[in-house]
Amino acid sequence: MKMSTALLAGLLFGLGLSLGGMTEPSVVLGFLDITGVWNPRLLFVMVGAVLTTAIGYRLVWRRSGPWFGDAFHVPDATRIDTRLVLGALLFGIGWGIAGYCPGPALASLSGGYASVWVLVLTMALGWWLGARVPTPAR
Amino acid sequence: MHPWISSLIGGVMIGLSAVLLMASMGRIAGISGIASSLLTGVRDQGWRIVFLLGLVAAPWLLSLLRGESAIGAPVVSWPWMAAAGLLVGVGTRIGSGCTSGHGVCGVARLSRRSLLATVFFVVAGMATVFVIRHLLGGVGA
Repeated sequence: MKMSTALLAGLLFGLGLSLGGMTEPSVVLGFLDITGVWNPRLLFVMVGAVLTTAIGYRLVWRRSGPWFGDAFHVPDATRIDTRLVLGALLFGIGWGIAGYCPGPALASLSGGYASVWVLVLTMALGWWLGARVPTPAR
Repeated sequence: MHPWISSLIGGVMIGLSAVLLMASMGRIAGISGIASSLLTGVRDQGWRIVFLLGLVAAPWLLSLLRGESAIGAPVVSWPWMAAAGLLVGVGTRIGSGCTSGHGVCGVARLSRRSLLATVFFVVAGMATVFVIRHLLGGVGA
């Protein structure tokens, strides 16, 4: 049951991305191109996803815990630090260059484009490198 | 269907996936977090691998059903794709999240860190597109 639920969640996520146009980098870059021909589709995806999640989380958190785990794991960090800001900026620059964030990049692997595989490989390398960036002393 | 409507429906499906993952595993649906944790040897890898398989398979299945690909062509050449991937990987790792973990799940629970990260990566993305498209005239496919 745990694995079928995970598969269903993954399928829903991937289907949502592709129906939403997020597996088309031209649509994503069109959203980021505010001084060009602006494409608002990414905004519609975000509004649908955020509202659904906001309502759904509140219903789920009334329960004592998840179906297949010990507790709800929600990040409790509140500190705004250099890592968060620098990371978001680097991510945004990479996103703006090619139009892929991690979900759509993985969801586009079956499209038959070799350069998507290149992007996913360097992204994985980036995750590996990023995990080795030391936390600055406080 | 109007593309704005299909995008809204797509967004609701992503939200349902996030809610399902919280209800079942008690976890945030952050793609960078789920995928990168597999590289650093997190325990309980099984559901993460299966979730990612579903994520990869869904657009392929949709393409089969429709008879046309649901996956668009890259718009920049492979060296730019390689550079973009590296920046996205490093950035989402040290910034603890991406469009899904911060942008959807974090904003939905009104996390200050996620709201700030989302503003920063959207503005950085917009600035990058502005520089590439309107100042440099594109980087070429």
